[in-house]
Amino acid sequence: MMSGSQREESRRVSAGTLRVRDLTIVLPGPRGMADVVDGVSFDMVEGRTTGLIGESGSGKSLTAMALVGLIPDTGVVRGQVLLGDEDLLKAGRARMRQVRGAEISVVFQDPSTALNPTMTIGDQVGEILRERGLSRSQARERAADLLDHVGIPDAAARVGAYPHEFSGGMRQRAMIALALAGQPRFILADEPTTALDVTVQARILDLLGRLRDEDHLSMLLVSHDLRVMSHVADDLVVMYAGRVCERGGAKAVLNRPLHPYTDALVRSVPSVHVESAIADPLPGSPANPFDRPAGCPFHPRCPLAEDRCRTEVPALREIVPGRFSACHFAELAERTSDSGAEELR
Amino acid sequence: MTTTMGLVQSPAPPMAVRTGRTRVRRVLGAIPIMIFGLYVVVGLLGPLFIDYSPVGGDLDDRLLSPGSVLSDGSTAVFGTDALGRDLFGQVIYGARTSLIIGTLVVLISGLVGILVGTAAGYRRGTTDLAASRVIDVLLAFPGILLAIVIAGVFDRSFAIVVVALSVTNWIGFARLSRSMAMTLRERDWVKSATVMGVRRRRIIARHILPFIAGPTLALATTEFAGAILAEASLSFLGLGLPSASVSWGQTIASGKEYLASAWWISAIPGIALALLVICVGFTGDRLTRYFSRKQ
Repeated sequence: MMSGSQREESRRVSAGTLRVRDLTIVLPGPRGMADVVDGVSFDMVEGRTTGLIGESGSGKSLTAMALVGLIPDTGVVRGQVLLGDEDLLKAGRARMRQVRGAEISVVFQDPSTALNPTMTIGDQVGEILRERGLSRSQARERAADLLDHVGIPDAAARVGAYPHEFSGGMRQRAMIALALAGQPRFILADEPTTALDVTVQARILDLLGRLRDEDHLSMLLVSHDLRVMSHVADDLVVMYAGRVCERGGAKAVLNRPLHPYTDALVRSVPSVHVESAIADPLPGSPANPFDRPAGCPFHPRCPLAEDRCRTEVPALREIVPGRFSACHFAELAERTSDSGAEELR
Repeated sequence: MTTTMGLVQSPAPPMAVRTGRTRVRRVLGAIPIMIFGLYVVVGLLGPLFIDYSPVGGDLDDRLLSPGSVLSDGSTAVFGTDALGRDLFGQVIYGARTSLIIGTLVVLISGLVGILVGTAAGYRRGTTDLAASRVIDVLLAFPGILLAIVIAGVFDRSFAIVVVALSVTNWIGFARLSRSMAMTLRERDWVKSATVMGVRRRRIIARHILPFIAGPTLALATTEFAGAILAEASLSFLGLGLPSASVSWGQTIASGKEYLASAWWISAIPGIALALLVICVGFTGDRLTRYFSRKQ
């Protein structure tokens, strides 16, 4: 039995981390209900950026949205999303509304659709503050501060502007200001740079990194872009067909993949300096989570696949401290990768 | 030099023709709206200048043709009916009746329809199921039949007519706002407001209703025309307004025995009614086009 002060201490520590445990999302598909997200577990550690990577349809966005309770009406969610000791999946509607915006908030992919075209930027950024009882002018003032904080020049004058008067990058900055308005500790960024010009992408990623450090935020970055991940993410969760196939520190995962899927992802990234633009494209098409192959879902595309992979689902297990992989041959890869890693670099 | 001039100048004339044509089209398109506006002005202000009483006819002046001079020396521009009542007065007072009923029905049914439709479309689930079944059941009846039943069961009164017409008219608003709310709730800005912890009521008011307003206004005009037509139908059947009030439907009905001898009794209010409904219809089409282009 823990003493009172000990329990208090552990709560304080764990409150900085959002723990996702065995998250399963069941959606109706063409052939009945399917576990589109199956037993996903990871942590969002305070002050770190956790990257959630996978091909389209791997369930990464669905996973992120489930953390704030935003899943399709027809879906069922199981598992736990632990904020401190509290399971958010069991929280009521009123409690969830408190959590949203104030604890966890979201930066959406496309700022041109995530901002209401009929409302001024200032009104939208200040909306949650109005909800909390601030007056219109107070909310507007705070909105101007927030816009300034995310690097929008001449913010005080631009709170009255409408989204269409902003450029794409400015809109995404406004979107980020909106997400920060409730002073959350966790930010879920769902492909925050995918809809932007490449030149703007880097600046938005820099901004997210700066805000994470200045405001002590934990960030979940959902993306399919390995290069974005390699720049920004501290921890990496690799998803395939609704399951986690590899998890660990971002540098380690990218430098020495312990799962053939991660390995293939890394190899398929086009490098500017290498002659062949797309070095080694991943063969086949991504597995459909509604119709997941038996055994290891990656086996039809995997170069290492053996009979065992077609029948037995590999468990996600710790291969080296802090490194998890769901491949039957991960231990083997770990032992032989010392030489292979050099090759990769 | 000349070629340059030619190149610069030649595109200009087709432009002028095109703007000329659009101007003609624009003027033509404005006519229904202007006629509709005229009805509104006449309906609102006409009764202030012209005296008419449904019990004030002089039997000596019965069935006079348009333009005749009455026994009191005044001229009956549209003639008189079988009881010697002035038709011009009936048309003008009837316009007021039609406009008031049309407006009230659209306001009430619009309010109820938007409320039910938006709630059903945004909340989905059982709310949607219940609302959709009620709508389906009501849709199974021809609208006017339901209105006849309701108006027939109760005593004739102004309020009953408004209620009877609203009962069928709200469905259109409900269906429109339900389908719009269903697509709007999937918009990212609604999701964004939701994950920011914004209250449902506020989301509906600020992120959903503003987008429903335009198309609803367009629908309101056609529903307005429908309500006016339905009121005239009820009054024609003797189920509408009490006989002490003035309604185009009643006037048309009172003239149906004299169609051969005094055509103007039915024809003039009939034309007034048809013209109003057509003009409102055109106005509605224009609004619909405008709002669908904006979307």
